[in-house]
Amino acid sequence: MSIKTVREALNDGMREEMRRDPTVILMGCDVAVRGNPFGVTKGLLQEFGPKRVIDTPISEPGFTGAGVGAAATGLRPIVEILYSDWITLAMDQIVNMAAKMRYMFGGKVNVPLVVRAPFGSGGGNAAQHSQSFENWFNHVPGLKVVAPISPYDCKGMLLTAIRDDNPVIFFEHKRAYQIKGEVPDEEYTVPFGKAAIRKEGSDVTIVSYSMMSIKALQAAEELEKEQGIKCEVIDLRSLLPLDYETVMGSLAKTNRIVVCQEANLRGGMAADIVAEIIDRGFDLLDAPPVRVAALNVPMPYNMALENEVIPSVQKIKAAVLKALGDR
Amino acid sequence: MTKVLPREDDGDGKCFEDLEIPPDLDLGRQKDMYLKMCLIREFDTKVKELWLDNKIYGLAHSYVGAEAIAVGACAALHPDDYITSTHRGHGHTIAKGADINKMMAELFGKYEGYNRGKGGSMHIADVEHGMLGATGIVGSGMPIALGSALSANVLGNGKITICFHGDGGTNQGVWHETINMAAAWNLPVVFVIENNQMAIGTELSCVSKETDLFRRALGYGIPGVLVDGFNVFEVYLAVKEAVERARAGQGPTLIEARFLRLLGHFVADDQWYRDLTKVEPYWDYDPVKRMREYFILNKLLKEKEIVEIEAKAKASVERSVVYASTECSEPGIDTLYEDIYAHGEVIV
Ligand SMILES: Cc1ncc(C[n+]2csc(CCOP(=O)(O)OP(=O)(O)O)c2C)c(N)n1
Repeated sequence: MSIKTVREALNDGMREEMRRDPTVILMGCDVAVRGNPFGVTKGLLQEFGPKRVIDTPISEPGFTGAGVGAAATGLRPIVEILYSDWITLAMDQIVNMAAKMRYMFGGKVNVPLVVRAPFGSGGGNAAQHSQSFENWFNHVPGLKVVAPISPYDCKGMLLTAIRDDNPVIFFEHKRAYQIKGEVPDEEYTVPFGKAAIRKEGSDVTIVSYSMMSIKALQAAEELEKEQGIKCEVIDLRSLLPLDYETVMGSLAKTNRIVVCQEANLRGGMAADIVAEIIDRGFDLLDAPPVRVAALNVPMPYNMALENEVIPSVQKIKAAVLKALGDR
Repeated sequence: MTKVLPREDDGDGKCFEDLEIPPDLDLGRQKDMYLKMCLIREFDTKVKELWLDNKIYGLAHSYVGAEAIAVGACAALHPDDYITSTHRGHGHTIAKGADINKMMAELFGKYEGYNRGKGGSMHIADVEHGMLGATGIVGSGMPIALGSALSANVLGNGKITICFHGDGGTNQGVWHETINMAAAWNLPVVFVIENNQMAIGTELSCVSKETDLFRRALGYGIPGVLVDGFNVFEVYLAVKEAVERARAGQGPTLIEARFLRLLGHFVADDQWYRDLTKVEPYWDYDPVKRMREYFILNKLLKEKEIVEIEAKAKASVERSVVYASTECSEPGIDTLYEDIYAHGEVIV
């Protein structure tokens, strides 16, 4: 084991996969010479050369689509969208090509594409550099969507994503690159569709992912210390597929549930998860499920306003108390 | 209608040169090209009939009138090279060597079709022959071609990609992005604009000031070539030269094959929006008819031999209809979740 940051874990993941498999390439704005603005891809150009680590022009639809075409013809491209907000530009190629080619061509092609997209809010990045669009992709059959947060999961799931023969949207939290954690020195992968229980508890289940799982854990620890409330914190890690077995298993124990997302509330992952929970086990619920999410507003620049919009530890705690309200 | 023809009209209304004997195509290959052109003609003529008869459905776009482009271009490729296509993909698929039985089965929505009945006309694909699929979103095939050229470059497998697209497609943003990147990185791809001068009911001249599309190549630092899109040999020679450049690592070429859409946008389009008397004269340049006349004029084939080729095409298409309508099966409901993900994985 070594202690690594998310940044290092992702860099190691790409480096090791590129060493192992000559068909893995990386492309995006500033990924080569500069090693991406967050330093995640540093050094890869030096090791693998400009044929495999490609600085693209600012042409998101074009280079994402090139990733799709390359994936369909024998490569395993990793395409980076500098800030996931701009994945909107590449939407057509992801939704109408990458996700559909295999199905509409009768299973004749694989599209082993990874789209890495730093998402999440904070830091005064305002309305075009703060968004979380994972729910948009959750809506599209043919895609897989993951959002790991620990260095261990980031590396292990990146390897799984690269080796997967389907298009994977890989959401990295842009404010998590400095997070440190243990990472094995030997090769390992983390499977999709398996949630991690970050803390066990019997009173309320908190479902979360990415940065919200860190906030949820903090909320759970504070609630336990302050009020003796025992929350079970689930980090989904993978959103499509999503590990409902773990979610429902936990709910069977707690009978109360809070679902958190960093994206704004309306039409989000949390709504979809709550609906699925109701379909699968309405009778398990002792109280209505509670959602925690950002306000339904564009992200404002002003720090105080921004703090108001982004779902906080405080809001998760309040949601837990709400779920326990009638007890 | 502006600048319909690739050359100035010399006054007699016949602006196209007669087909010339190409230097490097022996008669056998010429006959093969003619057979493919006849197959496309027969196939899409039949498709229209079947569509109007409610035997096939969805949107189907005819390649009739454009045969010289797909056939001329694909004749310059190796069997394992790639092509990308448009919504008008039957001609590309046939020219690349597809089995028309499987194509017709697909149009009938059958499980035996190329796409297992899940694609239809607008997504017809024959990946085994390097045909990377028709697409219903204008322009969206451009970056796919960039990607297959990129993979050829990384894998060093020497494969070339031809990227077919319409004049309408040239006004999508990805058109610019794709050609710019392909040029910047010297990728082995040939861009062939099928300039039929119409995008459904919109004439190119109404939406682009510069209608000499090949001139755009200048802006990307690559060669731009204009050819007569009704002339199979002219298309062949231009694409062959571009393919040779690409194989030699000299990057992409932009070829504008200029012609005129002779029929409606899709098979049931009655073209009320268009003055058909202006289209009429261009039937003189019907590429199939022209190639036929070329064989006779140059005494390369006898009428009987030509009729044999035409009959063969007709019989193949008739056969494909019998195959699709009587020898194939409907895809089961259980196939609905098949092939969303690789290796049989199902996520409900
Ligand atoms: C993105 C997109 N916009 C509009 C359409 C509707 N549409 C289908 S074909 C077509 C015209 C395309 O013209 P062109 O590229 O010249 O090809 P042609 O049909 O003339 O062969 C249009 C506008 C579409 N399919 N996709």
